[in-house]
Amino acid sequence: MRYLLRRLAFYLLAAWASITLAFVIPRLMPGDPEATMFARFHGKLDPQAMAALRDTFGFSDEPMWRQYISYLGHVASGDLGVSVSYFPARVGDVIATGMVWTLFLAGMAVVIAYALGTLLGIAAAWRRGGWLDSIGPPLFVLVGAFPFFWLAMLLLFLFGFTLGWTPVRHAYDSRVSAELSLSFVWSVVTHAALPAITIVVATVGSWMLDMRNTMVSILGEDYITMAHAKGLPPRRVMFRYAARNALLPSVTSFGMALGFLLSGSLLTEIVFSYPGQGYLLIQAVRSLDYPLIQGLFLTITLAVLGANFLVDIVYVWLDPRARRGQQ
Amino acid sequence: MTGVINQLAHNRRALVGLAILGCFALLALVGPLFVGDPTAMVARPLSPPSWDHWLGTTGQGQDVLAQTIAGARTTLVIGFTVGFAQVAIGALVGTTAGYVGSRVDDALSLVINIFLIMPGLPLMVIVAAYMPTGSITIALVLVATGWAWSARVIRAQAMSLRDRDFVLAARLAGENPLRIVTHEIVPNMTSLLASAFIGATIYAIGAEVALEFLGLGDVSAVSWGTNLYWASNDSALLTGAWWTFVPTGTCVALVGSALALVNSAIDEIGNPRLRTEHAFEDELRAAGMSPGLSTPVLRREVD
Repeated sequence: MRYLLRRLAFYLLAAWASITLAFVIPRLMPGDPEATMFARFHGKLDPQAMAALRDTFGFSDEPMWRQYISYLGHVASGDLGVSVSYFPARVGDVIATGMVWTLFLAGMAVVIAYALGTLLGIAAAWRRGGWLDSIGPPLFVLVGAFPFFWLAMLLLFLFGFTLGWTPVRHAYDSRVSAELSLSFVWSVVTHAALPAITIVVATVGSWMLDMRNTMVSILGEDYITMAHAKGLPPRRVMFRYAARNALLPSVTSFGMALGFLLSGSLLTEIVFSYPGQGYLLIQAVRSLDYPLIQGLFLTITLAVLGANFLVDIVYVWLDPRARRGQQ
Repeated sequence: MTGVINQLAHNRRALVGLAILGCFALLALVGPLFVGDPTAMVARPLSPPSWDHWLGTTGQGQDVLAQTIAGARTTLVIGFTVGFAQVAIGALVGTTAGYVGSRVDDALSLVINIFLIMPGLPLMVIVAAYMPTGSITIALVLVATGWAWSARVIRAQAMSLRDRDFVLAARLAGENPLRIVTHEIVPNMTSLLASAFIGATIYAIGAEVALEFLGLGDVSAVSWGTNLYWASNDSALLTGAWWTFVPTGTCVALVGSALALVNSAIDEIGNPRLRTEHAFEDELRAAGMSPGLSTPVLRREVD
């Protein structure tokens, strides 16, 4: 329990640091950040709305610490201002629509890649030196050397444009109405298939290598020899004795890898014009929509921190040593 | 140090990796002299590879081969510079935290961990979006967001070296801490620093290409990232112009794999157990046996 509380304190501190970074960065940059930030709004907003927006971001003639306090207040109440490119929609609402698609796509792909990679790793370590163990690691190292989003471009080119097997952009067919019907679900699944496959292909290798290496060292332990000597069925030794214990370190690296995974899946979304957070991010960058960039930075970072805390909870739940050792 | 270089020269992986890197270094250094201006319009846009233009042309009628070669120079210079800067900062912070320990370590570790846990891409995007576009911006952003990875491994190594006898001896002899760090600790982690540098460079090249692909670099300059940016903006995929993005991606992957090969060779040299394991497996195979589950024990001589 104390361990989790300490982790929670760390995540809160990291959250505060990233919220503060989002406040400091625009003010540190050369030139007049306020002018750059609000130049796009001129002519679109009446002076009153401009004043309200400045206030949201804490830009005012007040001393810096007062600006900071009012900014913190706005972030705490979830008010991230108004988007320029999706004007007059609020940043929070814009992000919420993208969040659904990112959670669906990245969540699904990461779970599939993790499960598949772990199983492959178990199999490769179990038959060490076998065909899977000889072909798998070098192949995945090679695939991992290509930029994540470049693999997305290649798959899109091959299967989307050249072979025409899958749709090439967006999350569902615009001719299908967004309701819970069979044709809508089918449209969503076919649109998500290729981006999801990209993420799985690009990441499955690192899970496999991780799991293989931990499994190999665990298979050398005495209790595995003992389990074999007792005459337990090999399958039981493989999963209940070896794989179960090898899973622990991979849970920790799951947390560490989340940031990287998310970055990759954001880029994949961009290549497939998939309307998630990544697509919003590129829209925001192209139209210099600073409020949206800032809002996306905050939500993505906070989501990663939250996910890491969940991983910590799972870790403590899985490992009795983590529970007892820290008390 | 000469021993490490000697071992690298006898390692097959290191040789293959270094050979590929050497080719790219040569390409980046003198290649641009042999191809024309990469930004000039030389033929019909998006024409496929032909005898005149070996890798075809881009959506703006520029020669893809010239762009790929010119891009190598920009990308590799930024990649290696950023890799070096990341390790330099990582070494400074890491050795300070690891050697001084106690409260200084607590504070620095906290900063390192916060930087590690923040997702890289959104952080890079928010910094790059506010700064004037250009290669220097990209380099600064990459250093600022990536140094923590090196700092973490270097800190761990410095902590374990701090308690060794020779460091204790130096401390008892009254050496000042700065000298102990620069003359006792840093020379004893050369292989770690080298592999951190290579790891940081792999990361830097990947992140640089990604940032430029997003249009956050100087889109009028020629680099591997901007090549991919223009390929995707000129709807190369839609028109089937595979030659606009395949060469660049392949180059990135080749450089990345070459660096990874050198890195694994360095690991092998720095970790004798890995070396014996390979030697042991080779011996078993030579004897017609298959390597099974075993933990090789380190012998004095391996060859």
